[in-house]
Amino acid sequence: MKRFLLPLGIFIGLLIFLGIGLRLNPREIPSPFIGKPAPGFKLTQLHEQDKTISPQDMTGKVWMLNVWASWCVSCRAEHPVLMDFAKANVIPVVGLNYKDGRDAGINWLRDFGNPYQMSAFDNDGRVGIDYGVYGVPETFIIDKSGVIRMKHTGPLTHEAISKKIMPLIKELQNA
Amino acid sequence: MRKLFFTLLLALFAVVVQAKEAPLAAADPELEKRVMELSDELRCLVCQNQTLADSHAELAVDLKNQVREKLASGMSNQEVIDYMVERYGDFVLYRPPVKGATWLLWFGPFLLLVGGIALLALKLKNRRPADNAMPEADLQRAAALLNGTNETEEKA
Repeated sequence: MKRFLLPLGIFIGLLIFLGIGLRLNPREIPSPFIGKPAPGFKLTQLHEQDKTISPQDMTGKVWMLNVWASWCVSCRAEHPVLMDFAKANVIPVVGLNYKDGRDAGINWLRDFGNPYQMSAFDNDGRVGIDYGVYGVPETFIIDKSGVIRMKHTGPLTHEAISKKIMPLIKELQNA
Repeated sequence: MRKLFFTLLLALFAVVVQAKEAPLAAADPELEKRVMELSDELRCLVCQNQTLADSHAELAVDLKNQVREKLASGMSNQEVIDYMVERYGDFVLYRPPVKGATWLLWFGPFLLLVGGIALLALKLKNRRPADNAMPEADLQRAAALLNGTNETEEKA
């Protein structure tokens, strides 16, 4: 009986590690910015070239920064979810148009709908790199004092919004 | 006549077509060397098993340009690495740093090796001597049979 305990123990240990490990997504890189101030930038607005936009404009509000591009297929997939979220008018949604053409971006929003209060035009992607963007779409939730509280990589889903984002927003708004 | 024609044609091509060395991205080979050194130490976050040097992903090209820019502006190698780690976390380093969180990753295999050898040594030491001495009667039977077969072979 005792002879079987060791292999059984090793097997159960292996089961636990595999059970945890195989459920993790290796493509998701945790952001080192959680709890740190959002990097500053000053970009032109997508629709109005002579106006600028920067994260300081949003101080005092909890807001969402969504990185998108007209060439990004997954952004197309998350777009309905984002439109729903914007319609609910919970917090302002600001877009970061990443490595895109200005006209391409404007047309994309015109064709599929514009959930953004405004979009920052990050033509060369440098602001994206500043934020640690490595794959579009990515979404940041930023609190009233400009600190990044959450980063969601990949398309937004209704589940992610209801289970993770909404509770966080409520918590931040009551702070 | 045809041979001459084709030889002349070939000679003409040889003069016209001269492969040039691919121009360096920066005019400064010292800078390029440093860019390549750092690119070998940084991971491409899109093709996550390649270094920035190996990857052709758009993000990799962007990051290499960032590295070049930062180096050109006077940052040291370590400062550029810190810059990247600040934005992308430890994962951007191709070789995981040796710190508390990664001790198991770095030393785990050695620990397993030492543990395995220790276990083997213990098992060998505690092995009971072979308990399968044959009973006397069987030994004699075996001897008789063996001798018997030999005699039969000699006769045949």
